[in-house]
Amino acid sequence: MVEIAGVAQLVRADNQIVAARTQQLSKVYGTGDAQVIALDTVSVELFAHEFTAIMGPSGSGKSTLMHCAAGLDAVSDGRVFIGETELTSLKEKELTALRRDKIGFIFQAFNLIPTLTAKENILLPLSIAGRKPDPAWFDQVVETVGLSERLGHRPSELSGGQMQRVACARALVSRPEIIFADEPTGNLDSRASREVLDFLRRSVADFGQTIVMVTHDPVAASYTDRVLFLADGRVVDEMREPTAERVLERMAGLDSAKGV
Amino acid sequence: MLSASLKSVLGRKLRLLMSAIAVILGVAFVSGSFVFTDTLSKSFDGIMSSSVGDVVVRPAGSEVTMGGTQTIPGSLVETLAKAPGAARADGNVTDYSTFVISKQGKLIGGTGAPGLGVNFTDGPAANGNSMFTLTHGAWPSADGQIALDARTAKTGGYAVGDTVRVVTAGAQAQLSPKLTGIMESSGSLVGASVVVWTTPQAQQLYLQGRDEFNDIWVTRADGTSQDQLQAAVAPLLPEGLDAVTGAKAAEQAQSQIQESMKFITYFLLIFAAIALVVGSFIIVNTFSILVAQRMRELALFRAIGATRRQVTRSVLVEALAVGLVGSTIGLIVGVLLAIGIKLLFGFIGLDLAGASLVFAPRTVIAAYAVGLVVTLFAAYLPARRAGKIPPVAAMRDDVTLSEGSMHRRVIAGTVLAGVGAAAMGAGLFTSIPKPVAWIGVGILGVLLGVALTSPLVGRPLITGIGAIYRRAFGTVGVMAEENALRNPRRTAATASALMIGVTLVSMMAVFGASTKQSIAKEIDANFKADYLVSNAIGQDFSPSVGDQVAKVDGVATVSRVRWGMGKVNEGDEWVAALDPASFGKVSTLDAEHNDDVLAKLATGGVLLDTDKAKELGLKSGDKLSMTLQGKPFETTVAGTFAPTATAPAQVVMSLQAWADHGGTASDGQVYVLTRPGANLSAVSSGLDAIVADLPTVSVKDIAGYAEEQSKPINQMLMIIYALLGLAVIIAILGIINTLALSVIERTREIGLLRAVGLSRRQLRSMLRLESVVIAILGAVLGIVLGVAFGIAIQRALADQGFSTLSIPWLQLVGFLLLAGIVGVFASVWPGRRAAKMQILDAIAAE
Repeated sequence: MVEIAGVAQLVRADNQIVAARTQQLSKVYGTGDAQVIALDTVSVELFAHEFTAIMGPSGSGKSTLMHCAAGLDAVSDGRVFIGETELTSLKEKELTALRRDKIGFIFQAFNLIPTLTAKENILLPLSIAGRKPDPAWFDQVVETVGLSERLGHRPSELSGGQMQRVACARALVSRPEIIFADEPTGNLDSRASREVLDFLRRSVADFGQTIVMVTHDPVAASYTDRVLFLADGRVVDEMREPTAERVLERMAGLDSAKGV
Repeated sequence: MLSASLKSVLGRKLRLLMSAIAVILGVAFVSGSFVFTDTLSKSFDGIMSSSVGDVVVRPAGSEVTMGGTQTIPGSLVETLAKAPGAARADGNVTDYSTFVISKQGKLIGGTGAPGLGVNFTDGPAANGNSMFTLTHGAWPSADGQIALDARTAKTGGYAVGDTVRVVTAGAQAQLSPKLTGIMESSGSLVGASVVVWTTPQAQQLYLQGRDEFNDIWVTRADGTSQDQLQAAVAPLLPEGLDAVTGAKAAEQAQSQIQESMKFITYFLLIFAAIALVVGSFIIVNTFSILVAQRMRELALFRAIGATRRQVTRSVLVEALAVGLVGSTIGLIVGVLLAIGIKLLFGFIGLDLAGASLVFAPRTVIAAYAVGLVVTLFAAYLPARRAGKIPPVAAMRDDVTLSEGSMHRRVIAGTVLAGVGAAAMGAGLFTSIPKPVAWIGVGILGVLLGVALTSPLVGRPLITGIGAIYRRAFGTVGVMAEENALRNPRRTAATASALMIGVTLVSMMAVFGASTKQSIAKEIDANFKADYLVSNAIGQDFSPSVGDQVAKVDGVATVSRVRWGMGKVNEGDEWVAALDPASFGKVSTLDAEHNDDVLAKLATGGVLLDTDKAKELGLKSGDKLSMTLQGKPFETTVAGTFAPTATAPAQVVMSLQAWADHGGTASDGQVYVLTRPGANLSAVSSGLDAIVADLPTVSVKDIAGYAEEQSKPINQMLMIIYALLGLAVIIAILGIINTLALSVIERTREIGLLRAVGLSRRQLRSMLRLESVVIAILGAVLGIVLGVAFGIAIQRALADQGFSTLSIPWLQLVGFLLLAGIVGVFASVWPGRRAAKMQILDAIAAE
């Protein structure tokens, strides 16, 4: 254990700080014959200041893993930690506060409030929490995502890439300990995807942000530091410094192993 | 967060307006009721303060009754004029049933407002005010001259110098005086007409020519106050007369009027309450749908850290905005509504043109309080459900909102309906105090209970209609049925709003039909006269009419009935006077012992109907004290009678006793029985000739009488239908709202249907069928409940003259058809909106 900014952090033997982890996490939907095991005793560690991708074929449980790790969904069994805090023991109110203060989200469908301008959308988490934004940080974030000119526009007046960059800025502006991104490039063309991924990469490199991203796109995965491969509700492999080709190859292996 | 919810409201102006409409209509009714009755009451205040003298001397006890025959000797005027501090004294003669006939032969006024006949004095009213100012010609100065108020002169088409037709209830039934002057009143006369005579002629017409007055105004000299003058006058009065200050007399008159205004206010507020109950269903529905549609957005709030309470509050803030906007617009619409009612009253003769609208702070407070409370109350449940949206719904499409178990809802509804039925039963069949309140609360309980259970109750009905649809409309019909069943709560809430209006309308229809039927039956059974002479506007008429009728060839019996307000053991009662010898030949007082009871009355005393006797705790032979025309006397209960619908009043005395105790000498009704074998058409034309010049008096046979009796019921029903129509309009808006919001919600699905080949026409017809299902569901539930309520009320009142149950089936079927048509119309706008959607946009919609 080392102390960083006064907060105790779990550190692995190779000196990597763990930002979030799951222990024997299981998630089951339905009962009886209709029972589906989405996650089967999954234990993973997600490291701070790293860009992690979670990959896997459809139905592998990658989205469920992220929902549970982020405290959005209740777990069936096992434990989930953000930093030192165990989510599974938290009450609804504490969980809400934790999401508000320590976690950021980026969604595939952008999920911007249509009636608010880009700036108001970016500041929404802070205004919900009743906190004042740090103007310097706000400017820096807006600068980085390249939205300075479009702050007064509503989502309907922005392109898909711009909307997703607003969503990224919204996740970053409250300086969460960890950002979860659910297929952030799923609705974008390749150019817009590149912009968003570049930006996520940079926020890890420049700001030391921790990002966990669910994706099925090997190119997107190639922007990350580490890829976790899921199949049938289990973690089956992991890859460091991935390239698109290696990821594609590994994914093809998973698909064929599954018999698809 | 606050700004986010406000922005959300502004981003959905149309939906905001749709949900605000329910609030607007309800609040408009509340504020309209207040503004109108305040205005009406103030216009009376205006007259009241100028229709009293500084000190008014009048017979004791005459502050309640209008047109008492107890009088004051004329000699007292001289005496009072010399009282210390008095400047002058003037005697007034006032009659309340003197009407002017227009040049076209039409009665002026007579819709409830009195026709005043007064004497001319130049004495001022209190504080030097004067009630009338002469604008044309001169005051009457000799017999056969009159002055008229300007409105009456104008309506009648009379100018100074014309001969005016005047009818009175006095010895001289009609007169033709010359119009010498026209005057303006100081305030609105609220529909009353005023004929001013010289004092001698007024005394001749109304007081049998005696030098007497109805009251005396004493005017104060400079430097004397009303109180001082009153103190100086009081010792000079003989027993039986009171002196009151003008201020007090005006106040008494005002409080009497306010008392009767209260009835109008309550009456209108009941309908406002109904409108608001119906409106709250619409608000619940609208907010539920809005929450369902915004689920993703609200889930996002939760995902990025908003607490449940923050999400709930954000929905409530939206409701608050809707309530504020709705109340404000409602307040404005209410004022317009009041202006409308005012115009309508002017139309039927109650002219309030001179009165400016009264906009009391109470009206504003009530409007906002009602609007905000109802909106927030109705939005609370949907808001709480919004707080329960799981954050993960922001990322997944398949999350549905958990709704409270249907079981709980059905149990709550059943209990509520049961309790409501029990309360109704208590009000109807037991002697609990305030039965009407119990029945009202009971009906509300049953209605809300049924509304709660209606998702379950309505299901078989929807399936039934669905079977018809399937056959008649194929796939489109099936989809319409399934859409209606898809969200049973939504369908049920929308239908329930209509149900409430239809229930009340059906109840009134059953009750009205039963009342009419009962009256017709009773008249048929008890009415033995051939003709009835009566006054169409409920005022008395001259006894000379009856005298002439008796002289018509073929008339065997003429039996008069007179009415007046009196006191029985201190309580105000309508008292009827009849001739015990002849009444039994023309009508029935007691269903079984008619002759027996009338024979008892001939020996003196009064008859009470069994209900009144029970209420007063009196039985045959008991002593009781009565007051007639301000004069108290002791009498005995000669007997009791089991009342029929045709019984003239609950307290009955003989004409002889009536006259002995100073009762009015004008008739209320004259029954006419012909000799056997008389030429009926000759009698009829003879009678018609007598009343030909008296537009207020008419002759009717049995059928005509029965028809006249059911006329006020029909009018009452029309007014109630019109007011309940408001609740139905709100319900229709509710259907439109629900359909429109459903269309937005199903955008993607509609796009898909269109893409696979559903035509615009089929799409519109699908929505139309869904709308009709909802409307029919509401109408069927409403008619069933309404008939049940109507039967219950008729049964409860069966022994009070509502003996016959009559269910107007044809009318009820008409309601059902009307509901179907309403459904078709409600779907027009949502259908057009849905049809306009571009297929690709619809599919691409989030």
